[in-house]
Amino acid sequence: MDRFDTQLLYGQTWYADSMPTLPSRTMSSTWFRRIKQGITTTTGEKKETPDGLWFKCPECKETVTQQELKANDFVCPKCDYHTRINAKEYFSFLFDEGQYTELFSEIGPKDELHFVDVKPYSSRIQEAQLNTGLLDSMTVGAGKVGGQPMVIACMNFNFIGGSMGSVMGEKISRGIDYAIEHRMSFMIISKSGGARMMESAFSLMQMAKTSAKLTLLAKAGLPYISLCTDPTTGGVTASFAMLGDINIAEPKALIGFAGPRVIKETIKKDLPEGFQRSEFLLEHGFLDFIVHRKELKNRLAEVCSWFLGQAA
Amino acid sequence: MQFLDFEKPLEELYAQISKMRELGEKNKMDVRASVRELELAVEKTREELYNNLTPWQRVQLSRHPERPYTLFYIDQMCSGFTELFGDRQVADDKAMVGGMATIEGLPVMIIGQQKGVNTKQRQYRNFGMANPEGYRKALRLMKLAEKFQRPIITLIDTPGAYPGLEAEERGQGEAIARNLFEMVNLRVPVICVIIGEGASGGALGIGIGDRVAMMENTWYTVISPENCSTILWRSWDYKVQAAEQLHLTSTDMSRFGLVDDVLPEPRGGAHAAPEEMAKTLKTYLLRNIEELSKMNPDERIAKRIEKFSNMGFYQEHAEIDMNYQPEPEVKEVKEHKRHGRKRKSE
Ligand SMILES: [Zn+2]
Repeated sequence: MDRFDTQLLYGQTWYADSMPTLPSRTMSSTWFRRIKQGITTTTGEKKETPDGLWFKCPECKETVTQQELKANDFVCPKCDYHTRINAKEYFSFLFDEGQYTELFSEIGPKDELHFVDVKPYSSRIQEAQLNTGLLDSMTVGAGKVGGQPMVIACMNFNFIGGSMGSVMGEKISRGIDYAIEHRMSFMIISKSGGARMMESAFSLMQMAKTSAKLTLLAKAGLPYISLCTDPTTGGVTASFAMLGDINIAEPKALIGFAGPRVIKETIKKDLPEGFQRSEFLLEHGFLDFIVHRKELKNRLAEVCSWFLGQAA
Repeated sequence: MQFLDFEKPLEELYAQISKMRELGEKNKMDVRASVRELELAVEKTREELYNNLTPWQRVQLSRHPERPYTLFYIDQMCSGFTELFGDRQVADDKAMVGGMATIEGLPVMIIGQQKGVNTKQRQYRNFGMANPEGYRKALRLMKLAEKFQRPIITLIDTPGAYPGLEAEERGQGEAIARNLFEMVNLRVPVICVIIGEGASGGALGIGIGDRVAMMENTWYTVISPENCSTILWRSWDYKVQAAEQLHLTSTDMSRFGLVDDVLPEPRGGAHAAPEEMAKTLKTYLLRNIEELSKMNPDERIAKRIEKFSNMGFYQEHAEIDMNYQPEPEVKEVKEHKRHGRKRKSE
């Protein structure tokens, strides 16, 4: 297989659930981590150049500068590969003038179970927090997208593989409350290996919790847009990621319930080319459309205006 | 009788008893006193074993090959059962059964995963691992029950939703997600009981209810101990530790408030006295249906949403500890991962 190999090796449960330590290895996170001001403690190799940092595309192996990549909405200018970016980057080009209010920014994880595997969960949390400058894997922002008021809950894949724990569930839950209170459209940008094992059944129940809250949004007559990005797997796929009024995805994103490796082991056959990619899901009827990152903002503004705008 | 590894002391005692009886018969000896003594030892051993079950032992009991499955309980509890098949779209899923039933004159819809009772049946039932059409069939039956205002009972027993190629093509994730969403808003009472294994999304896919209960020796969490071991410990050898860390037993789940009730099992597990277990289940279901029927549908739905919305633990005002020093063993773990070696110490 391809660039997902590491992830698939470490990321699988029956449902491709969480991938505890992977993110620091993945392509974009290293340099994004470095460009974060102040809180960087990782000892990644420094390849600074006068005009910024280099980015080597994991798809086409071409190298471009950070500025070039950013100017291209973090899509490889050579091959169109959509790099794995986090909330901060999405918000920077989705919200008008990059202006938004971060919501519920103080909610953080708690190791209620005192879960210990080869490392205590509490250490994993603290390390991830130091490496990312984030409290947990989800950031919620409210603002306008092409003039349309929106609440966007976006996952940070660099935080324990974007895994879904209680904080993610609670932030989605409050984001929905906020959208209802202010009559705004609601979107979740998924980028996650699935449930966070170290929160055990509590992470499982976030699927129930978020689905329950989405029924309230539906009753309020407000739109919910699910954007699946690379990767969207496990419990995330088996709950809110597939429950959008419209389900959309970035090109070539891995989207599935079980991970490819688990499926391969189960059926003992090679998987077809493009299996579980956005295009595959579109073909099988599970996506409304695929959207290039550079067109995302305009398409969102269009659909939100269709959902909630005044008829002419 | 099949014995689990931790039941070896019992197996030996039973063997001694039959040997003693044989001996008595052969030599025309009165062995009653010796047998009685051994029987007392059995009782004592049973008490010791089953009063102190570890999480992993409970997982083993939940998978005991003689453990009763969904159709057994239906047969025991219901005076009539009309099984309904198919999701009306693709197929009939044999791993998910359901139909119209009557318990003590009360019409209900009962749905549950079904495991096979022998090798052939196990394959036929796909080991209790449903495909998307199983979840869609379950939802179809739930909607039918809602239309005719019949309470819904789901019996959960699955090692997971099936991770197959066709399952993905037909939207396993979507099927489970849809069930979660729709079950939240069902206008009839919904009671879910974990009767065996409650593995992750595959279990939750029929698990949103006004009441969620676990039988005493079952487990319910986000991942099986074996898979948790392979991912977090990078080895199959830590399933016992994983079972402990996951807090997956009925005792823990009820303590956390993630399930509402625990149904006591006969000593030795549900399979030790299946009829007794069925009676316990029936009593629980009837009592709760009666209670829930007193509420109006909107009230029930609001309570359901509230219950699940309150699940989770987090800090309201968290801060990043900037002085945190990463644990020294971290490097060792990474090293270990890179080479894919088994970690033997910890
Ligand atoms: Zn490229």
